Order: sequence, then C-alpha cells, then structure tokens
Amino acid sequence: MATDTRVILICSGKGGVGKTTLTANLGISLARQGLSTAVLDADFGLRNLDLLLGLENRIVYTAQEVLEEECRLDQALVKHKKESNLSLLPAGNPRMLDWLKPDDMKRIVDMLKEQFDYVLIDCPAGVEDGFKNAMAASQEAIVVTNPEVSAVRDADRVIGLLNTNAIKPVQLVLNRVRPRMMANQEMLSIADVTDILALPLLGLVLEDEQVIVSTNRGEPLTLNSVNSPAAKCYLNIAKRLQGEDIPLINPAEESSGFGAKFRRLMQTKIF
Amino acid sequence: MTLRDIINKLLRRQPASASTARERLQLVLAHDRSDLSTELLDQMRREILEVVAKYVEIDMDEGAVSLETEDRMTALVANLPIKRTLNGQIKLIEGSNQLKENSQEAEDKDKGS
Ligand SMILES: Nc1ncnc2c1ncn2[C@@H]1O[C@H](COP(=O)(O)OP(=O)(O)OP(=O)(O)O)[C@@H](O)[C@H]1O
Ligand SMILES: [Mg+2]
Repeated sequence: MATDTRVILICSGKGGVGKTTLTANLGISLARQGLSTAVLDADFGLRNLDLLLGLENRIVYTAQEVLEEECRLDQALVKHKKESNLSLLPAGNPRMLDWLKPDDMKRIVDMLKEQFDYVLIDCPAGVEDGFKNAMAASQEAIVVTNPEVSAVRDADRVIGLLNTNAIKPVQLVLNRVRPRMMANQEMLSIADVTDILALPLLGLVLEDEQVIVSTNRGEPLTLNSVNSPAAKCYLNIAKRLQGEDIPLINPAEESSGFGAKFRRLMQTKIF
Repeated sequence: MTLRDIINKLLRRQPASASTARERLQLVLAHDRSDLSTELLDQMRREILEVVAKYVEIDMDEGAVSLETEDRMTALVANLPIKRTLNGQIKLIEGSNQLKENSQEAEDKDKGS
C-alpha cells in the first residue's frame, strides 16, 4: 500500500496542446521505474486516454460504475498489457458531467491513493466544471503549453486558478518545441515562456512525428522507441519528477550542421 | 540586439515574430490578470487624470496609465508629464512626473529671485 501518493493534475486551459499524450507517456515512464502508477481519464466529455494507451478494447467498467457502487475499483482498473505497473481508470459516459461533483472526484482519487505511488489525472481542456472537479482532487499540477500566444495565455488563466486553490507545486511542460523556429526567433523561446508564466520548467518536449505514429499504434513512444526525440524528453520529465537532476535539452543543439551554426551566429548578441 | 535584428533593420524587414509574440502576450496578460475590462480601465484612467489635474497641469496627450506585469505581479503604472502646478503657477520641468522633488526645486528658485 502506498503511503505518500503523489496526485498530479495534468492541465493546460487550451485544448490539443498535448495533455493526454504527456499523461500516457509519463504513466509508462514512471511505471518503468518500478512505481505503481494510475492514470485517471478525467476528460469525461471527450475521452481519449484509453486510445493512446491501446486499452480501448479492454474496458469493462469505468469510473462511473465505481462511483455508483456497481463494481469495485479493481474491476474497473485496466492494467496495461506490457507494463503491469500501470493501470488506467477509464472515464465514464459523457452524461456523468451532469451530476459529477468535486467530491466525487475526491472519492475516486482517495480510493486510488490506497494502492498507487502516482495518480496522474488527464484533465479536460477549458477552465469550467470538468477542470474544477479534477483540480479539487489534486495536490500538485503540471501545466502543459505550446510556445504559441494562445496556448500561453490560456495556461496563464489556469495557473491563476491553481494558485488560488493552493495547488502546489505547479510545474511547466513546454510541448511541441521546434528548435529551428526557435533559433530563427520565429517561435517564443523557452525563457520567454517561463518568464511570462513565472513557473519552474519541468521539461520540454520536442515536436516529433513519431508521436503521431505511436498514437496510430496505441503504444506510447516511451514503451518502445526510446531513441525518438520526444520519447527522450518524456523519460527525462519522469526522472525529474522523481527528483533526479537531469539537465534540460538545449534546443539549439538539437539541430546541427552549417545551417544551425549560421543561425547561432545570427542570434549572437552584439550590443 | 542581435546580428539578425541589425540585418532586419537594414533591410527594413519586420522583426522576427517571437519578439512581437512576447510583447503582445505581456500586454494581454497584464489585462487578463488584473481582471479589469477595457471600459473599467478607461474609466479609471479618466478619473485618475481628473484627480491629478486638480493639483497640477498635465499634458493630457502625453499621459499614460497602463498595466504592466512581471513575475505574476501586476502594477498600475502612471506616467504623467507635468506642465506646471496650478497653485502658485510654478513652472515645472517639462516631461517629468517627479512632482515632489521638482516643486521643491522650483520653490527654492522662486525664493531666490
Ligand atoms: N511533441 C509532439 N509532437 C508532435 N505532435 C504532438 C506532440 N504532442 C502532441 N502532439 C499531437 O497533438 C495532438 C493533441 O495531443 P493530445 O491529444 O495529447 O492533446 P490534449 O491536450 O490532450 O488535447 P485535448 O485538450 O483535446 O484533450 C495529437 O494529435 C498529438 O499527436
Ligand atoms: Mg486530452
């Protein structure tokens, strides 16, 4: 039985920035480190975590039946085929949204806390009830954003809400970083985003086509191709969560050759 | 300033979009964080100018009351160039908003003459 379970909300404000992908990969990576991990799909309206983990065909019961006491928690939990330390608690029917309250989320999470080291909550986009319910059950949070104005603005809204609800620590993951665009100063830099949001950076994730390939297969990147750029990033994030001191990737060094040298020269501060 | 910025200037090209993004974000977040609507902010700006205008003559066109944000702290920043004070008709240094210091200086000058 786990004693100091970490319950982490994975949220963003803006939709489609990579919350579910991060939840799946972080879940796999933590489980690989021998930590018993539960991922909870709190996006009841548009559930997807089951699909990213390749577990969509193995769902029998969901969080809904657990709350309605139609089944036990362990009957609803779906263990990952290849990573037995990882379990998914699937989202129920979208109609759950009509009656779900913050206390319901707390009840589910309290049950999960009894047997897991980590509970990762995949949050819906937006700052409405779905987000607020999930926040009520969380202790700490990871805010996912992209280096784009709309994603950063929405992240700021969410950070404000997390702060007023005493969620801490709140850490940042900057997803879909494109080194070449950053070098050309056509994309907000890492420092721009961390300065503006005033959050510690838990990690960045490079833009990587392999993310889509792995989604197609229903096998998170961290399960197999640890050599893909994004997979390395996800693994590093998991290690940092565990307190390991892993240096950040320098996006400028990710692109090499003459082009990259030239771009670095162009970026050199002259005065 | 970077080499790229200089080349952009020379070619009269637009600056790289990241700096535009940063500036626009800083502005919009100052407003988001203050939770003040544009109307309320405008009203406050007008009222602040009215109050200040009771005591000193300010340049209404030059005056700026804005929100700035850094480290999740938002500050209301007023930059009001003072033309002169109303009582005593003392001429102040134009373009300065440091009323206290300047009026002291001006008074001293008055006495001397
Ligand atoms: N690092 C990355 N590189 C390339 N594509 C990515 C990356 N991260 C996420 N994506 C893609 O972005 C899309 C959205 O990702 P995801 O579903 O994880 O976002 P989300 O925040 O959970 O969205 P929603 O708000 O709808 O729940 C997906 O198509 C995913 O494959
Ligand atoms: Mg999602």
